[in-house]
Amino acid sequence: MIMNGNERIERQTRIRNFSIIAHIDHGKSTLADRILEKTQALSAREMKSQLLDSMDLERERGITIKLNAVQLTYTAKDGNEYIFHLIDTPGHVDFTYEVSRSLAACEGAILVVDAAQGIEAQTLANVYLALDNDLEILPVINKIDLPAAEPERVRQEVEDVIGLDASEAVLASAKAGIGIEEILEQVVEKVPAPTGDPDAPLKALIFDSLYDPYRGVIAYIRVVDGTVKVGDKIKMMATGKEFDVTEVGVFTPKTTPRNELTVGDVGYLAAAIKNVGDTQVGDTITSSKNSAPEALAGYRKLNPMVYCGLYPIDSSKYNDLREALEKLELNDSALQYEPETSQALGFGFRCGFLGLLHMEIIQERIEREFKIDLITTAPSVIYQVTMTDGEELRIDNPSDMPDPQKIAHVEEPYVKASIIVPNDYVGAVMELAQGKRGIFIDMQYLDTNRVSVIYEMPLSEIVYDFFDQLKSSTKGYASFDYELIGYKQSKLVKMDILLNGEQVDALSFIVHRDFAYDRGKVIVEKLKELIPRQQFEVPIQAAIGNKIVARSTIKAMRKNVLAKCYGGDISRKRKLLEKQKEGKKRMKQVGSVEVPQEAFMAVLKMDDQSK
Amino acid sequence: MTNAAYIHIPFCHHICHYCDFNKVFMKNQPVEKYLHSLDKEMGMAENISGYKSIFVGGGTPTSLDEKQLHDFVESIARNLPPAAEVEYTFEANPGDLTPEKMRILKEGGVNRLSIGVQSFNNDHLKRIGRTHTKEDVLQTVRNAEKAGFDNLSIDLIYGLPEQTVDDAVETTRQALALRLPHYSAYSLIIEPKTVFYNLMTKGKLPLPKEEAEAEMYEAVMQQMAEAGLEQYEISNFAKPGFESIHNLTYWNNEEYYGFGAGAHGYVKGIRYANYGPLKKYMEPIEKGHWPRMTSQKPTKKEQMEEEMFLGLRKMSGVSITDFQEKYNEDPLSLFQGALKQMTDRNLLEVNDDSIRLTHEGKFLGNEVFQSFLIGPEL
Repeated sequence: MIMNGNERIERQTRIRNFSIIAHIDHGKSTLADRILEKTQALSAREMKSQLLDSMDLERERGITIKLNAVQLTYTAKDGNEYIFHLIDTPGHVDFTYEVSRSLAACEGAILVVDAAQGIEAQTLANVYLALDNDLEILPVINKIDLPAAEPERVRQEVEDVIGLDASEAVLASAKAGIGIEEILEQVVEKVPAPTGDPDAPLKALIFDSLYDPYRGVIAYIRVVDGTVKVGDKIKMMATGKEFDVTEVGVFTPKTTPRNELTVGDVGYLAAAIKNVGDTQVGDTITSSKNSAPEALAGYRKLNPMVYCGLYPIDSSKYNDLREALEKLELNDSALQYEPETSQALGFGFRCGFLGLLHMEIIQERIEREFKIDLITTAPSVIYQVTMTDGEELRIDNPSDMPDPQKIAHVEEPYVKASIIVPNDYVGAVMELAQGKRGIFIDMQYLDTNRVSVIYEMPLSEIVYDFFDQLKSSTKGYASFDYELIGYKQSKLVKMDILLNGEQVDALSFIVHRDFAYDRGKVIVEKLKELIPRQQFEVPIQAAIGNKIVARSTIKAMRKNVLAKCYGGDISRKRKLLEKQKEGKKRMKQVGSVEVPQEAFMAVLKMDDQSK
Repeated sequence: MTNAAYIHIPFCHHICHYCDFNKVFMKNQPVEKYLHSLDKEMGMAENISGYKSIFVGGGTPTSLDEKQLHDFVESIARNLPPAAEVEYTFEANPGDLTPEKMRILKEGGVNRLSIGVQSFNNDHLKRIGRTHTKEDVLQTVRNAEKAGFDNLSIDLIYGLPEQTVDDAVETTRQALALRLPHYSAYSLIIEPKTVFYNLMTKGKLPLPKEEAEAEMYEAVMQQMAEAGLEQYEISNFAKPGFESIHNLTYWNNEEYYGFGAGAHGYVKGIRYANYGPLKKYMEPIEKGHWPRMTSQKPTKKEQMEEEMFLGLRKMSGVSITDFQEKYNEDPLSLFQGALKQMTDRNLLEVNDDSIRLTHEGKFLGNEVFQSFLIGPEL
């Protein structure tokens, strides 16, 4: 049924659009589940833990990667029935871009803070994003049923550190179902209803998109002005392309067709759009006949920060890998790739990612969903190289680094790293940051126990094993966030690795000159551990230019034979041989040496590199 | 026709630190009931005129007492009529075999003993959980010869914790001094669910390095050759005419019955494994069923793969004409890739009619064997 103008305006006053933001593990997904239950979006039978995380990978890792938006109805204490749109957000720093997109479709955000852990680095990052988007923020102190909970201390912290009024912060436990109704009542009371004119020309923000083989591209939209229904002719304001709407609807969380979407609605639109490029996230959809004069403020397109090479172990799978990347790109606009060739690894792709987690997830999805065994080269950042003749180059692959004689200088990306950590670990954090070429900027006590430390550091050092080392040196208590602040000049050199006398381009990496010798030593030892014995002795060398800075040797394989009394159990013998053979399949023949996958990531695993 | 049999006795008085065979401590076990089930299982086998090989292993077959042993060899004689030229072997634990037990075996038709010596170094024996000593070994061999056994074999294990190359050479020397017609020299393999495995995962098992183990193997082969023993398989050495028929049955990819808990067999084209736990093994038999946990018929592809990775263990290798006759396929074209790769690596040689390991290939047998797994595409 199509509503008339007054009905639309009345309905609009009962719409509330909000997100939930939180540091990882503070209970965002559990709270979302409870809200879904409370609003009876789902029967108990349909209830699966962490409902909004629909990818297997999301549920396994307990993280949210893709956005999800769901329409709910809630009957408030005032007797009115409200329409909620809950838009899920990823919690990890790599996906900050996606968070900002979902926040732009909301008027409010529930800020979940763990009652024991308090404010963490990503809490702050997300709050600043929400404030940038002018959202009403509703603090919720979660997990109050934990023995270590200190809700009052955390309430104070929210006021002191973020500057929010936390006097009405709900004390909740999403797990135990405490405080859920109170949160929903606050959403009704405090989150403003959408403003906008249902009779004005259509303006709908595309905040995500998904490719469906049957319906074409499905755009996730938030209607800001106007109304859209099946049969309407629409126009993408950025590209000017026009389409006929074939379906509009909302997520309940299943896709549920509706007659129309109007001001404040968050849902989807399909219009037989074949090409994902035609629905750019951040673009505005308007109607062809009665176009809006100007588009909504979109998003800045986020560029990849981390690059690596992806190669199929079995070279015949190259085309399969291309198809996999094409398919993933449909639903992940941040993924970039282009073909590249490595002498050692053959044909593959140079891929750009938002961060390390993004990289790992893409890798894992390719291996799992497309069944292609991959070699991943060590991640690299983009270096800006100025040549002696003044030419400027952008290098995202270490093996492309020009001859040092021709380089005037090299600049590398720096980030501002914010670390929040208990008092006792400040020393460890500072030592770690300094070992990673960090420049100390600031340190502040959040309360008597917790400290916020800020460093400027090269992104490449973070891309290496900074996360892991931070976790281990603070027993997991530190939280961490970073943002890019620009490029700085550094004394960088390219380190090459030679196996059996042959340079392996895929193992080259860029390193600060002062650390070069130590890293060279560590990596040849690490490679010696990772590469199994071959039938002949294999020397491993690390070199800068023509100069060998470190070497080690993999000894020859001397004995590998089942010389045991196995009796008549032939199937066991077979299994053992099959297992050994399977292990070989996961190795790449580089020259005459068989190299396992992990070796190409060895640069990342240099445990004691800072020493 | 399946005319070879392996019979498993899963009982032990002591359990060795490296052993992952199906076995239990003997105390309070239903030994007689088990022997009864074994008797019934053997009775279910096809009636054939004569077995060419019967091998009783364990566990510890000689842990049975005299009465049990007596009934057991009678049960075997009743169920598995031997051929005139049968090789009938009992595995024997040094120290267990009293002259009376020897007499029972001899009278029961047993004509070969395989003695689990492992080492002639008493410290090493203790370390691997064996309770016998070098002196027990010498006594057992003397008793066996006195009882009229002229076909004796000794099992040795090299690569033991803290063993040096010299230690291994010394053990082999002492073994060879007994001038027996057959020796097996295995290398220690650490298997899950053993004492050694647990020690190893805790970093408490000082095993010799790969280089030392290779040297031990090299030394053993040399010592055996000098003593006039021929290596007929990766781990087996014999005077001409004393090659073990039981062993060769496996490597020739021939069929054999496996009787007893956890035993494996290959009968009428089907590879099977019996249930390991005693109760699970005995129950079906008492109801008149085979106690088989798994049965699988290898495909032709699998049979041909097995023909290769088993046959190549023999120093004589795989005969090209025999292979062609058996499978109606030419191994030279079927395994073209593997043959090229392995001969290039100098691990394999192809002569007039045989494909066989080179000297280097004996050390890296698994590299060769796995290359003959064709994989799923055939």
